[in-house]
This record gives sequence, structure tokens and C-alpha cells, in this order.
Amino acid sequence: MSAALQSQTAPLLRVEGLRRAFGGLVAVDGLSFTVHPGEIVGLLGPNGSGKTTALNLISGALAPDAGRVVLDGRDVTGLPAHRLTRLGIARTFQLVRVLPGLSLNENVVAGLAFGREPAWGAEARSRAATLLTRVGLGGRDNQPASILTYGDQKRLELARALALSPRLLLLDEWLAGLNLTELRGGIDLIASLRDEGCTVLMVEHVMDAIRALANRCVVMNAGQHIAEGPPAEVLADHAVIQAYLGDDDA
Amino acid sequence: MSNTALAIVLAGLAAMAALPFLDTGFWLALAISIAQYAVLATAWAMFSGPTRYVSLATAAFFGIGAYTVAVLGEVLPWPVVLLVAGVIGAVLSLLVGFATLRLSGVYFVVFTFGLAELIRQLVTWFEVNVTRSMGRYVFVEITQAQIYWQLLALFGALLALGTWLARSRLGFALHVIGEDETVARHVGIDTARAKVALFALSSVFMALVGAVMAPRWTYLDPAIAFNPSISFTVLIMALLGGTRSLLGPLLGVVPLALLFEVLTARFPNHFSILVGIVFLLVVYAVPQGVSGLLARLRRGAPA
Repeated sequence: MSAALQSQTAPLLRVEGLRRAFGGLVAVDGLSFTVHPGEIVGLLGPNGSGKTTALNLISGALAPDAGRVVLDGRDVTGLPAHRLTRLGIARTFQLVRVLPGLSLNENVVAGLAFGREPAWGAEARSRAATLLTRVGLGGRDNQPASILTYGDQKRLELARALALSPRLLLLDEWLAGLNLTELRGGIDLIASLRDEGCTVLMVEHVMDAIRALANRCVVMNAGQHIAEGPPAEVLADHAVIQAYLGDDDA
Repeated sequence: MSNTALAIVLAGLAAMAALPFLDTGFWLALAISIAQYAVLATAWAMFSGPTRYVSLATAAFFGIGAYTVAVLGEVLPWPVVLLVAGVIGAVLSLLVGFATLRLSGVYFVVFTFGLAELIRQLVTWFEVNVTRSMGRYVFVEITQAQIYWQLLALFGALLALGTWLARSRLGFALHVIGEDETVARHVGIDTARAKVALFALSSVFMALVGAVMAPRWTYLDPAIAFNPSISFTVLIMALLGGTRSLLGPLLGVVPLALLFEVLTARFPNHFSILVGIVFLLVVYAVPQGVSGLLARLRRGAPA
């Protein structure tokens, strides 16, 4: 499917030669890949391979030292996060970030009020309530976000990201740390997003989720792109196994 | 605040405008002091409350307003003088805001404290080297009662602004920034612009208070106008009252203004050390402020 998709459509996201160093450490080193509309692409790699930095460069949390980020044909390299958000890039965070002093509904309204299709007042509250139901937090609108369990915080964060009506959703280990039931629910939720045409770039260590969801995977190691392809192929790739497990085990 | 609550509070302010007809001595002076700090602390909390950026620049804007009156008070009609003071406050806050609101935490605190000193030194330098005379006399035909009424009007306007802000997208943006600035940027909030906008609104009110209060001194020099203790007093009043609600700071202003009055009268030589102790007590004993305490009591949780 994805090969056909790629040849027919222009990429929604194109990353070219992206590079970012922190002092002497090159976290992302010449990374290039594309994400096509409607795809779920997994961004894989061992810890410290630069996945989260790559997401930060795409979402505008960090500016790249070199390289380009092109969203739907438009060069958006180095734009600040709020501009990229309004252009349709939404994300969740590896260390989950809810707004603890606000209610669940207000947390989602935060995503509605300033986004691509802004809403405010009664309309925003009702759309927020719908989104909360969508992620399985329905009817809890007035509870403070500070009392949520870890799994529920992740749901709330996703609802806030969806409130932005994203064209491209970046998930940074959104499924990590969930128990088995939550994980199954989470996978179904992402699958339903894909069925609605949402494009997703996900950093993930939960390989079952990658196998179930991703059309294609990009694998990084030490900041560089080392492999790309369908999950089954990529996970069997010699270089990938070597990157994850080291030489002796390969 | 609901519209009804705002109307009741504004009606209360209107009723308090009758005070000068009852007494023009001690009580009016006390009321002026309270009204002055009410506007300053509420304006401070309007920016620093939701963003959690602790500003010590109150004295800078207050002093700018006061000095505008000292320079222009006799040259221009009073409303124009106020307008100029407000505009200068706004321009300065925009400059400072865009330069510093990228700083966070303690850096911002230190910078705002330094700002008041910097402006004080600049004014001093100007007076010494250009006008060649330190200190100015403020001769403006304004009665104590008129000062009081202007402060009440400012407070009313500030409460109306705060009520509107609490329902506006801008007010909500500030709240999100205070909760988590990274998230704020990633939900599409132009955090720099939102912060600067609020900082400017709050600073204009501070400059106006300085302008309104200037005629009370008759003599003004940089050390009086840019006295850093104004910044600290306002900060501690707002913290004692609580910054979560619009009327919260008032709950800190009234008791502390009364206490300072007593301390100045009874212990003039130990004023600073006693105020210092009050600061410590407030920070340790009521970290959420009186309004936070009341809210917790209302919810029935142990305070």
C-alpha cells in the first residue's frame, strides 16, 4: 500500500539532511525521510539515537543547524513551534505534559483555542467534550488534570493534540508505560485515527504496536538514518539488529 | 468574576468615592494609600499571577509615571499628562518585554529588579548632566480627594479589564503559559506576544498610579520615584492576597497597608526589619495567599 501511495502522492512531510548538535554531540546527523498523507510511519532506533531530537526539530521545539523540513511543499525549517502548530503539526511529549492546574475540558480547549481551526466559548467546550469521549475520558470534563493516572494523562495529551486538527500528528512514545489493556486501547485509537485519514509519525519502542500500525519504518542509529521499509522487513534488517543488540548478537 | 459581581464591586467603589466628604485628613490619606496599592498589586497579579513571572519592575513603571508628571505637570493639561505617562509606560514595557520575556525564572526577576535601578540611574544622570539640578517640585492643582477618586477610577477600570481578560482567549493563553510554556507553544500560542501584551497592560496601570500619586509629594527626586521598596511591597501584598482571582490581591493590600501604617507610626526606626519579618511570614505561612486559603476552606479541606 505504502509504495503505491508514495508514488502517487506528494509527501506531506519531507525532511532533508536534518542536523542538530548539542556541543560536540551530533544528535541528528543528516537525517532524510518522507511521510505521505494517510501514512503511519514509525521512527525507530535504540535509546539516544536521536529520535526525540528529530521530532523536536520537526515540531519546532528546536531549530536545526542544517537541513530542511518541508510540510506539504512549503519550507517550514526553523519556524517557531506555535507557527508550525498552526500549519498543522501537533505532537505529544515523551514525558507526558498535561496542564495540571486546569480541568480536563480546559486542557483540550487549550488545543482548540489557538490552533488551525480555532474555537472558543461554548463551541470549544462542547468540541472538547466530544474529543474527551473519543479518547475514553468522556464525562470527566470538570475533573482536574492533576488527579489523572499516567495512562489517562496520555489520553488527555492525545485529545489536546487532536483538538489542533493536525495534518501531521507526532507521537513521542505515546504507548510507552501503558499496561496491556491500555496498550490495546491505545493501538485501536491510533488505528482509528489512521482510518480517518490522519497522518502519523510515531517514535515507539513497543514493537507490537509498530507491527500493528506502521506502514513504514525509519530506523535511526547515532543520529543517522540506517534503514527504511515495512516493519517486518526493517526489523529483520541486519544493520537494525546490530544497532539494537550490538555486533556479537547479530 | 461574573458581570453581576463586577457591577456590585464597581457600585461599592462608587460608594467609597463619598469618603472625602466625611474626612479629608487621616482617613483619606489611609484610603489613598490602600487604593494606590490596590491598583498596583492587582495590576501586578494580572501579569505575574497567571504567567508566574515574578516582576520587580513595579517601581520602574510607577517612577516613570511620577516623573512624567514632575516634568510635564505644569506644561500640559492634566488628562494629557496622564495619557503621556500611560504611553511612556506602554512603550517602555514593550521594549523591556520583548527583550526579557524570553528569560525565565530567576533571570527575569533579577532583570526586572535591575531595570528599576537602571532607569533611576539614567534619570539621575540626565538631571545631573543635562538639566543640572537633582529633584523637581511638582506644582499641580490637584486635591487629595481628586487623587483618591482617580485611584478609585483606575481600580474600577482595572477590575473591568481583568474580568474581560479572564474570559478572553488572551487570558486563557496566559494561564496555559503559566502551566507549561512548552505546551503553550505547541498548542499554537505565540507565547512572547501574549506575555508582552499582558506585561504592557499591567505596566500602563502602574505608570498611571505613579502619575496620579506624584502631586502628593510636591518634591520628587529619582530616589523617591524609583524607590525599590514599592516593588517589594506590591509583590508581598499580591502574594499575601493570592493571585488566582481578580480580587485576591486586595485581600493582601488592606491588612498590609494598615499594618505598614501602624509600623511607620509606632516603630519608624525598625520599619524595614519588621516589614522583612512580615515578608518571611507571608511566604512561609500563606504560600497560596489568603484567597487560596479561603478557597480551600470553602472546599472543606484542611487548610
